[in-house]
Amino acid sequence: MAVNLEDKSKMVVTEGSYAVAHAAKVCRPNVISAYPITPQTHIVENLSKFMADGEIPNCEYINVESEFSAISALVGASAAGARTYSATTSQGLELMHEVLFNAAGMRLPIVMTIANRAVSAPINIWNDQQDSISQRDTGWLQLYAEDLQESADMLPQLYKIAEDKEVLLPGMACMDGFILSHVYEPLVLLEQDLTDEFLPAYEPEYVLDPKNPMSFGAFAAPDTYEEFRYLQEQAMQNALPKIEAVAKEFGEIFGRFHGGLIDEYRTEDAEVIIMAMGSILGTIKDVVDEYRARGEKIGVLKVRAFRPFPKEQIRKAIKDAAVVAVLDKNISIGTNEGALFTETKACMYNARCDIPIIGYTIGHGGRDIRLETIAKIIEEAKEVASSGINTESQFVEVREELL
Amino acid sequence: MSKPTPKTYLSPGHRGCAGCCDALAAKFMLMGAGPDCIVVNPTGCLEVMTTPFPESAWEVPWIHSLFENGPAVASGIEAALKALGRKGNTKVIGVGGDGSTMDIGIRSLSGAFERGHDLTYVCIDNEAYMNTGVQRSSGTPFDASTTTSPAGKVSFGNPRPKKNMPAIMAAHGAPYVATTSIGYPRDMIRKVKKATETEGPTYIHAHAPCPTGWGFDGSKTIEMAKLAVQTCLWPMYEMEKGEITQVKKVKNPMPVEEYLKAQKRFKHLFTMEGGDEEIKKIQALADWNIEYFGLQ
Repeated sequence: MAVNLEDKSKMVVTEGSYAVAHAAKVCRPNVISAYPITPQTHIVENLSKFMADGEIPNCEYINVESEFSAISALVGASAAGARTYSATTSQGLELMHEVLFNAAGMRLPIVMTIANRAVSAPINIWNDQQDSISQRDTGWLQLYAEDLQESADMLPQLYKIAEDKEVLLPGMACMDGFILSHVYEPLVLLEQDLTDEFLPAYEPEYVLDPKNPMSFGAFAAPDTYEEFRYLQEQAMQNALPKIEAVAKEFGEIFGRFHGGLIDEYRTEDAEVIIMAMGSILGTIKDVVDEYRARGEKIGVLKVRAFRPFPKEQIRKAIKDAAVVAVLDKNISIGTNEGALFTETKACMYNARCDIPIIGYTIGHGGRDIRLETIAKIIEEAKEVASSGINTESQFVEVREELL
Repeated sequence: MSKPTPKTYLSPGHRGCAGCCDALAAKFMLMGAGPDCIVVNPTGCLEVMTTPFPESAWEVPWIHSLFENGPAVASGIEAALKALGRKGNTKVIGVGGDGSTMDIGIRSLSGAFERGHDLTYVCIDNEAYMNTGVQRSSGTPFDASTTTSPAGKVSFGNPRPKKNMPAIMAAHGAPYVATTSIGYPRDMIRKVKKATETEGPTYIHAHAPCPTGWGFDGSKTIEMAKLAVQTCLWPMYEMEKGEITQVKKVKNPMPVEEYLKAQKRFKHLFTMEGGDEEIKKIQALADWNIEYFGLQ
């Protein structure tokens, strides 16, 4: 993200979790429901302090007894007409799994921050993206933030997309745990007046109200169930242009643009394109800058929206490259591939475009991703461009002495 | 002059079995609660039979989410009404079966009561998982034969007595906890009304005989419910702030055989060797109720 010069005077040095909590606050939620789990805790602690200081008007904070109830309470609250917020990660998100499908199926525009973390076993509190990637089929919008500022800026954008009458789907704002949640950086805290201008109050068409009784969550037999699923998919497709439009509108009001569905960095003539999601993009961009300084044509494709999956935009962005390397902080065990890699390959297969695409599954459980590692991947990608694929997908740094 | 019957808000035409206990319980519940309520109904017979899309039998706002999260959904609705300034006298009511309430949803229910939300939760206890075909729950009584606790050559059926759910809810500091039975509609209507008019989390445990699951004719539902009370196997009482404040007396308790022999789920006790000893154990449970609750 290019720093907006006007922003410099407004910047404060603060923690990612505080920026996100502050962003949630200025979105004027009516019900917040959350259960503590590392590394999400600082977000909910900050929101609790805002509540204790009376800084979030017309809002109730529910200290639930589990993540299962955190998201369930928001199902009820959202159906009653409230704008709702929660934050979780890892085991907490996995515990929510059943309710995630339910919230999406009931078309409730709940917004959650996910402080991405590895899943047990072995238990591990550090960052990768296995938790939210594992929820990709639940029907939630998923956006992945690259830095602290974007983690915060994503929230009003996501409310606006989720609450759109042509979308009405819940959404996850994913930020890498610790790497973004616990780091202090200069950033701009979202202004209340600008946020109010950008994000109007939530006005649902259908709510639980004794004055106008309606039934929510009826059961659907085989003669009607399929149409509910079809409409969810249509809503996801409707979200594609909305994500782009909302990011653009955000940029016009706040002066910051983090990409729409995707964001391209130095890809204009790139022979090698590295694709990834989240904070790893910063590391990749640093390495790519070094290559560019040496005159090598390397570019970066940031995938910001994983659900809906921006097939057209990805095809367009990589179709002229000689090789694409996809980096995933997750793995679908049994395929030896990360999800972004698998889905990127899938969307290229019928695109009459036969460029080699290779995958790396990287950074599991918070394993540090170094500049040298990215450079090694770029070198391997260059090799593939000239001599073809040898290994289609692989772990990046396995410590052989531990096996 | 008898009192006028209160209006109910559950329409006829739902898909309940003949003599369905859930339909009766929901009807009485809404008679007590009145129209200013929002009903949360976890998965179960009641949910399935009243809301086959695009139909609904509910004349009050109603929501079904999942099997084990009804009280959490109710918590969220209550919080939303407060935050949006729409709470007024509107009562949020959770209504679920024994499996949803006492087994899979107890975490959610415990959390909602501990947090003190202004809601009423009604457990319609028909003593097994009826929607899935009469499997044992923690509400299934001692020696009842179900599809997952069948009587057999070496088994008299369910080996454990019912979980004491009202005591658990009272231990949460609930201001009002009451047991009732669909065999006594006026009792149930009065208690639901009292529960919904009491601020804070209140709990009603309604005993509800299921003709299909228990094995009796659909015309005998009310009769069976009364027998449970008259044999003292189902004590009816109210608890306020943890203390028992009212008990329905049973002047001349009937022997438990009268209740057991009317149901197929206990038939094995009358045919298997040693069944009479088992019946004595069940009589002992009724005698304990008589003593503990002072039913006589």
